[in-house]
Amino acid sequence: MAQNQVAVQDVTDQLIERYGFDDKFHDHHHGDKYQANFITHYIFSMDHKMIAKQFLITGIFWAFVGGLMSLVFRLQLGFPAENMAWLEPFFGQWITVSDAGFGRISQEFYYAMVTMHGTILVFFVLTAGLSGTFSNLLIPLQIGARDMASPFLNMLSYWFFFLAGAVLFFSLFLSTGAFSGGWVAYPPLSALPQASSGSGAGMTLWLLSLTLFVVSVLLGGINYVTTILNMRTKGLSMWRLPLTIWAFLVTAIIGLLSFPVLVSGFLLLFFDRSVGTSFYLSEIYIGGQALDNVGGSPILYQHLFWFLGHPEVYIIILPAMGIVSEVLAIHSRKPIFGYKAMVFSIMAIGFLSFLVWAHHMFVSGINPYMAMIFVLFTLIIAVPSAVKVFNWLATLYGGSVRFNSANLFAIGFVSMFISGGLTGIFLGNSAIDIQLHDTYFVVAHFHIVMGVAAFFGMYAGVYHWYPKMYGRFMNEFLGKVHFWGTLIGAYLIFWPMHYLGIAGVPRRYYSFDTFDSFAHFGTMNQFITVAAFLVFIVQLIFVINFFYSIWYGRPMKVKNPWGASTLEWTTPIKPGHGNWPGKVPSVHRWSYDYSKGERDFVSQIEPLSEEEKEQQAH
Amino acid sequence: MRKASGALKNTGLEPALFAMWIGIGSIVMMFAAFTSAYVVRQAQGNWLEFRLPEWFFLSTVVILLSSLTMHYSYKQFRKGNTTVYRSLYLATFLLGLLFVITQYLGWNAMQSGGVELTGNPSGSFVYVISGVHVLHVLGGMAALAVGVAKSWLLPHRITKKRITRFKMMAHYWHFVDVLWIYLLLFFMFQ
Repeated sequence: MAQNQVAVQDVTDQLIERYGFDDKFHDHHHGDKYQANFITHYIFSMDHKMIAKQFLITGIFWAFVGGLMSLVFRLQLGFPAENMAWLEPFFGQWITVSDAGFGRISQEFYYAMVTMHGTILVFFVLTAGLSGTFSNLLIPLQIGARDMASPFLNMLSYWFFFLAGAVLFFSLFLSTGAFSGGWVAYPPLSALPQASSGSGAGMTLWLLSLTLFVVSVLLGGINYVTTILNMRTKGLSMWRLPLTIWAFLVTAIIGLLSFPVLVSGFLLLFFDRSVGTSFYLSEIYIGGQALDNVGGSPILYQHLFWFLGHPEVYIIILPAMGIVSEVLAIHSRKPIFGYKAMVFSIMAIGFLSFLVWAHHMFVSGINPYMAMIFVLFTLIIAVPSAVKVFNWLATLYGGSVRFNSANLFAIGFVSMFISGGLTGIFLGNSAIDIQLHDTYFVVAHFHIVMGVAAFFGMYAGVYHWYPKMYGRFMNEFLGKVHFWGTLIGAYLIFWPMHYLGIAGVPRRYYSFDTFDSFAHFGTMNQFITVAAFLVFIVQLIFVINFFYSIWYGRPMKVKNPWGASTLEWTTPIKPGHGNWPGKVPSVHRWSYDYSKGERDFVSQIEPLSEEEKEQQAH
Repeated sequence: MRKASGALKNTGLEPALFAMWIGIGSIVMMFAAFTSAYVVRQAQGNWLEFRLPEWFFLSTVVILLSSLTMHYSYKQFRKGNTTVYRSLYLATFLLGLLFVITQYLGWNAMQSGGVELTGNPSGSFVYVISGVHVLHVLGGMAALAVGVAKSWLLPHRITKKRITRFKMMAHYWHFVDVLWIYLLLFFMFQ
């Protein structure tokens, strides 16, 4: 095996030398500009591989913070009558302790935790951590480019993200607390500083943070699209691209078209908050006082928010889908089933994502006839989604499947996507939504389909491309423990929530003391909370594995350990700036030539044989 | 914008120019959001009708003129007429400044006509939307200021890099011009 691999290596280098093209990249001296010292190498790096790692590690940090927050509010939901005084050393004033020593999590704190958990996970972890990491890492490597179109804008993209994070992190320590009106920031809670303690400085910083975040997404997205469309290597036509790149392309386009709309909405919100306009406010009494604002419409904000908000869930899930398609094909040793159908369904999902936003507003008072149109488009999204699911299953079918951590997470993704996707069909119907809206059914649905599923896609990607990032492997045993713990644990958390939701238990509530009808769900909530703690602990295994393996993991000895056909595995084990030490490889075939005839796989850089040429001619 | 040297250009476009057009796409979406918010809100009634200030029409003439000077400045740059190109480039900047001033005078006229920023949303929308447009013009003028300064300070050389930069500047400038025409027509007829 090892002997065989070494032989393959030499062939790779020979193929690049023979068929690649010389772009004179290494004639210039780049070393000083890109990685001369600690600061330009590790901090203000302009190398896409380093920026990818920055996004990933920052994402891990935020996932840790956001995950911890969920444990705090799960404690309140699972054990509302228990003494929480032991939390006081950590959270201080936010734990109200009576004279008798009995502590409770304060309501403001609970709401702030719920809000921050949503904001952090949706934007910082699953948008920046997922798309930022893998778009940066894979786009240049898989399309045969030396780097992004603009390494400088790429660096700015990360640092705007960092700044957005710093501002939000700072807001957690305000004496009035972080923003607590929900991650969607609906007015009037978000528009009136006097509405709650978190609506003051907390909301101002939230707005600033998210605006900085949008700048980061736009700078990144402009770069991704430009790079994919302009800088592909010789022979790499669009129809030869790996599905990861297609997914990143459509994701970036969706982001570029939807995030600016959010900025418009935020700007009007800013004017309502700080200047006294009435875009979203009308005839409001607050604290017994009548406000001057007349003529605004809070529904207007919902339209603007969800015009981003819905495409945003596809911004989260599409990169995961791309990663899963790639990982499943490689570890099943089969070409991806229905490549073109996969591409077209990515495009269809991207297109439809803009036509469904009002399904978040069925009960907000929109015209029921308009709701019908949105029901229709929402249910149509099930078609391309189902095409993808069938294609993944067909890819697995009859393959020589490797059950390693990467592929297990990819298979787990398919499981999660099916479970969570099916409940979407319930919620997409405006009639059923009257019962289910704002209940734990919704919480269960979106956590499974875009929270857990996107995490699974991300984990599949991390385990699969870890060797490319650090030149070492992550520990397989710990990876499998991580997988099974997460798969079982995530279902244990979210499955019961469907029952809560069907019974009508509303989400976001601090306590159900006054609802006799929900009293019997106390044990179920305890169960969910215990499961959430266990799943969090299992994630720590991943974090330990990740950081331990950077220095002590099993070293990667061959360039292409998985036997993959794509270009990133033709680079040296530790690629320097410019990715390929000599020429850039040219591409002669599509990216999924697995189990071709007698051969296990054929790399994209290998020219067509005479036989293949003849086949193509016909 | 730095780019990896010797990069392939699959679309035949300069990546920097291409990237700028994608950025413009984002700006278009932002204004599409503003104007559709305007339409949605207008449909709900309680909407103050008022005449746009006449300054806005003057500023339209000014920005159209500035597009013309930009266009001819680029042509003269390519032809090598140093003085003409420099002067027209400078004129574009000054016309841009005049546009911002006339917009400001327009807001003042709206204010004294009783249409306040914090009054009926129909007025607030005009202030905010035209204000955001002016911010985009000012952004363009910041880049233009650098370009004008360089045009007078550096020797006139027609390099590939400078052509791309000039094109980016000109395209963006024409874009904010067209964007303003769209907004004006929208305010007038919507």
